Amino acid sequence: MKDQSLINKLNIRFGEEVLHWQDTADDIPTLWVAKDQAAAVCQDLKNDSELAFSMLYDLTAIDERQRQNRQGQPDSEFTLVYHLLSFQNNADVRIKVPLNDRDEISTVQDIWPAANWYEREVFDMFGLRFSGHPDLRRILMPSSWAGHPLRKEHAARATELEPFSLPDDKWEEEEEHLRYNPEQWGMKRSSEDSEFMFLNLGPQHPGTHGLLRLVLQLEGENILDVVPDIGFHHRGAEKMGERQTWHTYIPYTDRVDYLSGVLNNLPYVMAVEQLAGIKVPDRAKVIRIMMSELFRIISHLVYYGTFAQDVGALSPVFYMFTDREKAFKIVEAVCGARMHPNWFRIGGVAQDLPKGWERLVKEFVDYLPKRLRTYDKMVMKNKIFKNRTEGIGVYTTQEAIEWGVTGPGLRATGMEWDFRKMRPYSGYEQFDFEIPTGTNGDCYDRTMVRIEEMRQSLRIIEQCMNNMPPGDYKSDHQLATPPKKDGTMKDIETLINHFLGVSWGPVIPPGESFVGVEGAKGNNGYYLVSDGNTTSYRTRVRAPSFPHIQMVPYISKGYTIPDLLAILGSVDYVLADVDR
Amino acid sequence: MHPVSVILRVLLVVLSVAAGLIWVERRLLGLWQLRYGPNRVGPFGIFQVLADMIKIFFKEDWIPPFSDKPVYFMSPAILVFTTLMSFTIIPFVPGLYVVDLNIGILFFLAMSSLGVYSLVLGGWASNSKYPLLGSLRGTAQMLTYEVFMGVSLMGVVMLADSFRLTEIVEAQKGMWFIGPQIVGFVIFFIAGVAEAHRLPFDMPEGESELVAGYHSEYSGMKFGMFFVGEYIGITLISAIITALFLGGWLGPGFLPPIAWFLIKTFILIVIFILFRATFPRPRYDQLMEYGWKILFPLALINLLVTAAIVLA
Repeated sequence: MKDQSLINKLNIRFGEEVLHWQDTADDIPTLWVAKDQAAAVCQDLKNDSELAFSMLYDLTAIDERQRQNRQGQPDSEFTLVYHLLSFQNNADVRIKVPLNDRDEISTVQDIWPAANWYEREVFDMFGLRFSGHPDLRRILMPSSWAGHPLRKEHAARATELEPFSLPDDKWEEEEEHLRYNPEQWGMKRSSEDSEFMFLNLGPQHPGTHGLLRLVLQLEGENILDVVPDIGFHHRGAEKMGERQTWHTYIPYTDRVDYLSGVLNNLPYVMAVEQLAGIKVPDRAKVIRIMMSELFRIISHLVYYGTFAQDVGALSPVFYMFTDREKAFKIVEAVCGARMHPNWFRIGGVAQDLPKGWERLVKEFVDYLPKRLRTYDKMVMKNKIFKNRTEGIGVYTTQEAIEWGVTGPGLRATGMEWDFRKMRPYSGYEQFDFEIPTGTNGDCYDRTMVRIEEMRQSLRIIEQCMNNMPPGDYKSDHQLATPPKKDGTMKDIETLINHFLGVSWGPVIPPGESFVGVEGAKGNNGYYLVSDGNTTSYRTRVRAPSFPHIQMVPYISKGYTIPDLLAILGSVDYVLADVDR
Repeated sequence: MHPVSVILRVLLVVLSVAAGLIWVERRLLGLWQLRYGPNRVGPFGIFQVLADMIKIFFKEDWIPPFSDKPVYFMSPAILVFTTLMSFTIIPFVPGLYVVDLNIGILFFLAMSSLGVYSLVLGGWASNSKYPLLGSLRGTAQMLTYEVFMGVSLMGVVMLADSFRLTEIVEAQKGMWFIGPQIVGFVIFFIAGVAEAHRLPFDMPEGESELVAGYHSEYSGMKFGMFFVGEYIGITLISAIITALFLGGWLGPGFLPPIAWFLIKTFILIVIFILFRATFPRPRYDQLMEYGWKILFPLALINLLVTAAIVLA
């Protein structure tokens, strides 16, 4: 479904600036723009009242130096990719900028505050520089790191590097790198009448839910500023995409947002399917939806419990983990594993549903609503809980969009935007469910939205259960992995295909594709570049938690330490999703 | 009974009750939170306390090199000392008490005021940021709640016409003071929870915010003393409430007086633990507001009304 009218509009508006129109498998209008014009085009796209590309959805780069298949595209060593989103038109646009290694491009940080971290990430990973960026330093890698990991010449495996050692002097040096120096961040150590305290919160702290470090500038317990330091959980998920085969990368996706299991598989396999042109059978689609919604509930239950614990209620987390355990029972019966089932496949799912799955699902669908009602009384209606969460960490829809916030965090501000409804994928258009929204955009509403989402997910699961279509659980397409084995002992072609598909993995035709889904934490997407090989040329994980954490300083200024912990809890990030 | 033997008995009972509470609390929390709690060591896990004690005695007692050592050493001792001293005035049964002070209540209030020093000094001497924040909160909180803790008790004093705890208990022969002094009881209980800094008033520790608050830098047996001190504190507040509001050892004759005293105290302790399993933690400024704007005026009104009735 190519949106020709949008392309025409863009052509009228920017016809002169555009160097090249690129065709992509995902049909997102992709225009190449020279580096001097990029910022201006972005600005225009954002400000144009008709186009209104108000969100910087993603910003990343591609190292093009080893790519074979890029016919017609402007020549470049690196390509910078802006992915913009228009809520008004429900449309995307991708702007590509050809760059050479030492080129500098002007920042878009003044257009979208969210660009700050994205540009730092591009600098960290590719070594590309942005002129006018206030604070261009490494963000994911330690500041002592040599080289830029996502450049093709950088090693992907530890075995390609010298054996790791950490002698005492190097240890001290690394520690020194981590020492917080307020002046480096343009912060003052004192005001006229008081001396500020700089409190190091994390990376080991019970309230940060993982390896996140925040440096707080405090006056008493009042927060003047927060500096997040991320990257402790960085595992090079994107780099690994360039060395794993298309098929063997699936388990890595499980571990990006490690609380929502197969919900991570979905955008990845759909992006690959889009590149390969695989049509997924209906049964597989419904199975995928059912498992995804189950994992949405699992993730939200963890959120609910840990958030209650963040504001000091000790018990709810135990009840919610017990419920989560019941959901895991279904996941275990269906997938054989619990948190990271690695269960979706290119072209379908790994196996058909086991006998008796309806009984398990039915039990759960009947069980949870009662529990949720109890929790409403216990947590949501609790006076102390309300006092702690209402009016804390407030942001408006406008601010949320500026900062790239998606998912429940966006809906809590009153914006009814859910990718399952707005851009139904995998057959969501056939399901009957509502999009819960909040009004105030505070911690309380963010929780409320998630609780209501659990109820809606239960509705979807129930519909899946009652309307599970018969048929195949995996596509017949020859690139579906692992390929079907039925004909392998009968004719040599099928045998060869099967052998290659299993041993090398599928060869996905060259192209580019992005698929985003409504994840548990926000919009979770995979941008894949195939060069016609058994591995991806570039795998970009658009993780929702990354922009969410970037926003934390903005929404926590002026509150106190306990409020900050409530805000952190309500933002619902997963550090593996931030750092990837 | 020889005074020394009484002191030893009280000490032994209080310390073992406090230690036993660790097990009771963990089991009860387990029960309420749909899990088991410690159930491996001995029958029902009752020897868990023993195992923990052995562990904590042999744990490395790391003393932060940046700390103010003499003060750092003193602080846990102050906590245990002041709470234990308060037990001297508790009348368990007629004749079983360490001293029968004619200013018993004042002595208790004085000792609990001294207990604040443990928090202040502990947080200060650690010379580290989280403990400092914890002890700042703790100091403000305890000073606030002490004010109306005292005020809320004065109704009882007026009704009994005495500061002596034995006489207060005796005065409840007709009716326990929880009846006429229900407001005082509620306020004193809340203040007691804050005094013992237990959830929902555990801001000085605030686990999810301040790691372990004022005792973040303590380890080994020094931490153990803070830990046990907290349980002694719970026992103390429960015992005081029993004596002041619930008629102490008084009760129907089918059980000995000491049993009544222990049963009442134990029920109060269980309520303490139930609080912990139930409530979220208010923010520190909300807690102060609640104290000064609601509880303090309420305690004063209670005092005035009681005085008017007593005089009339």
